[in-house]
Amino acid sequence: MKRRQFNKALAVAGALAAVNPFAIVRAQAQKLKVGVILPRSGYLGFIGQSCQKGADLAPGVIKELLGVELELMNADFESNVDTARTRAERLIQEGAHVLVGPFDSGAASAIAQVAEQRGIPFVINIAAAPQITEQGYKFVFRNFQTAGDIVRNGLDLIGELFQATSTVPRTAVFMHVNDTFGQAMAKGINAVLPRRTQLPFKIVDQIGYDPAAKDLSVEVSKAKATNADFLLLVCRLNDAIILRREMVKQRWQPMGIVSPGSPGMYEEQYFKTLGKLSEYSISNVPWYNPKSNMTKRVEAAFKKANPKDNLVFHGLNVGFTFEAILIAADAFKRAKSTDPKALAEAIRQTNITEKMSLGGPIKFNDKGQVEGIGSACVQNLNLLPTVVLPQEAATAKPVFPVPGYKKT
Amino acid sequence: MPAADLVANVVVSGILTGLVYGLMALGLSVIFGVVRVVNFAHGEMMTIAMYMATVLFAALKLDPFLAMLPVAAAFFVFGYALQAGLINPFITRPEHSQFMLLVAVAIILVNAMLMVFGPDARNVQVDYQLESFELGPLLVDKARLFAAIAAVVAAAAFFAFFRYTLTGKAIRACADNYLGARIVGLNVKHLYALTFGLGAVCVAIAGCAMVLLVDVTPPLGPSYTLLAFVIVIVGGLGSMGGALLGGVLIGVSEALAGLFITPSAKSMFSFGLLILVLLLRPQGLLGKRA
Repeated sequence: MKRRQFNKALAVAGALAAVNPFAIVRAQAQKLKVGVILPRSGYLGFIGQSCQKGADLAPGVIKELLGVELELMNADFESNVDTARTRAERLIQEGAHVLVGPFDSGAASAIAQVAEQRGIPFVINIAAAPQITEQGYKFVFRNFQTAGDIVRNGLDLIGELFQATSTVPRTAVFMHVNDTFGQAMAKGINAVLPRRTQLPFKIVDQIGYDPAAKDLSVEVSKAKATNADFLLLVCRLNDAIILRREMVKQRWQPMGIVSPGSPGMYEEQYFKTLGKLSEYSISNVPWYNPKSNMTKRVEAAFKKANPKDNLVFHGLNVGFTFEAILIAADAFKRAKSTDPKALAEAIRQTNITEKMSLGGPIKFNDKGQVEGIGSACVQNLNLLPTVVLPQEAATAKPVFPVPGYKKT
Repeated sequence: MPAADLVANVVVSGILTGLVYGLMALGLSVIFGVVRVVNFAHGEMMTIAMYMATVLFAALKLDPFLAMLPVAAAFFVFGYALQAGLINPFITRPEHSQFMLLVAVAIILVNAMLMVFGPDARNVQVDYQLESFELGPLLVDKARLFAAIAAVVAAAAFFAFFRYTLTGKAIRACADNYLGARIVGLNVKHLYALTFGLGAVCVAIAGCAMVLLVDVTPPLGPSYTLLAFVIVIVGGLGSMGGALLGGVLIGVSEALAGLFITPSAKSMFSFGLLILVLLLRPQGLLGKRA
């Protein structure tokens, strides 16, 4: 064969390959490689490990559900934003078709930049800083409330809580972690609270603290000195434990501890470490619907994989991590390709109605943000996170103020 | 303006925590003062002591204050062996070699802890951990008070050892004049190893006390190494009293910064203090001019 003939044959073969329907069949037969980036060590380690449980059960459940093969590529970003960036780079180099994670707004911002630069879809499981989906990114998607949504829903639920318990607290001291998430939440609360005229309390002091703090005695002393009726808290897990212990040491017992939307106080480790001291803490957070069929499926898989664990302690982390992978798998099924642009376009067209989390279907807006995710008021009762509001989802009545509360 | 009782409570808490910090830094100061090697694995060693206290508590329900004895004994052996086997050959080598050696030891220790204990935070739950003494307007955390008392007793024992025992005097002689000590027949390498062992004992006691105040994770070490540095530089590198004074100053200044400025500025304040001391009194508050 002459060179000219060879070139012609090559061009014809290339053209055929481009239009060949069998190429699509080949793509369908591929596995979707999902790079899962979570903080499985460091100060967010417990929550990262909890999220990982949701990722681990996803391939089995999704194979059964959608017939899609998934390969997880797990990476631990060690609760460090810079490490998150390098792990994302490495996962992409190693062939990840889509990234999922990372349970942290700072890390999510870093990974989003990498994903956008490299043109690889990134589905955020949990991270609330609004700016992540305000950058005009084309490859970044979030199936979680923004800090603004969390705050609005969380404050509305606080109003419902006061109504349901016929209490009228007048003052609150606001403590928050001083990281990307905590600052976004603080900004949201300061913006939204003055407009919520139905809420009877005012914030008498705002105390930001290091999320990796080893000692919160000064912060608690300062909060106690305000003599506020209740503690409004935006926390993580380790700091929530340290703070609760310090409150006991300093004999500070306000009407209650209420989070308008942050992790920590519904996590298993909070209960394990604090025992009875974990009781009555309240978290108004995006939560899962225990009655949905998807939850039942996931719960069965969770029990099989973790016979000693209870999904209720991991529901939020497992639920949103599972859903992030489900979104990727569903898009892969529709796109019939692992091409990043096709995957991103398919993710943009997502419409998942059968899901775990409360609220409407999973649909992304133009910014790559899912709207309408619901929150619940979750109170620690009998050593279990229990939905107490809204009433239609509640399995117990809220307790507020906490038993033994005395105004000092 | 915060109320007087709030300030008093915060200051007392800062002093108590500072004393434990001081004991930790005392180990670093003793080692540097005699061996002239900066232990860059100091915080990591303390983290190991904290883990040992949690293990003894989990296995034998041994109170961390009782655990101080076996942990200190183990640390003495470890410190002695580390100096005799690994650091002594580096004594006459350039400082960057010593630095790299101890940084390598620190990294190995952190990774060994991750392999053995995993990334999860651990703690001990003793009966008195959440209790406090009420002294008028003061509310003193029991565990913090006991930890501070242990730190003061241990520091006093070290002072007495170095001042009144023959071995202590010999170690001080080595620190004052290496060549002179060798000429009069002192076994300098043995005394160096002994000193490192004693520095490790300081760290062990501080670690057992600290585990009552904070949860332990493997990455805790580097931050304690840094803290120990700040304390000894503020107090005076090589000065035992300076280490305790530096610890208390850092503890109180961090607490007051948290109260009067913002809790997030605590560390910033201690580094600010460090810069101030370096500018105005480079040898540290109780350090001797070189």
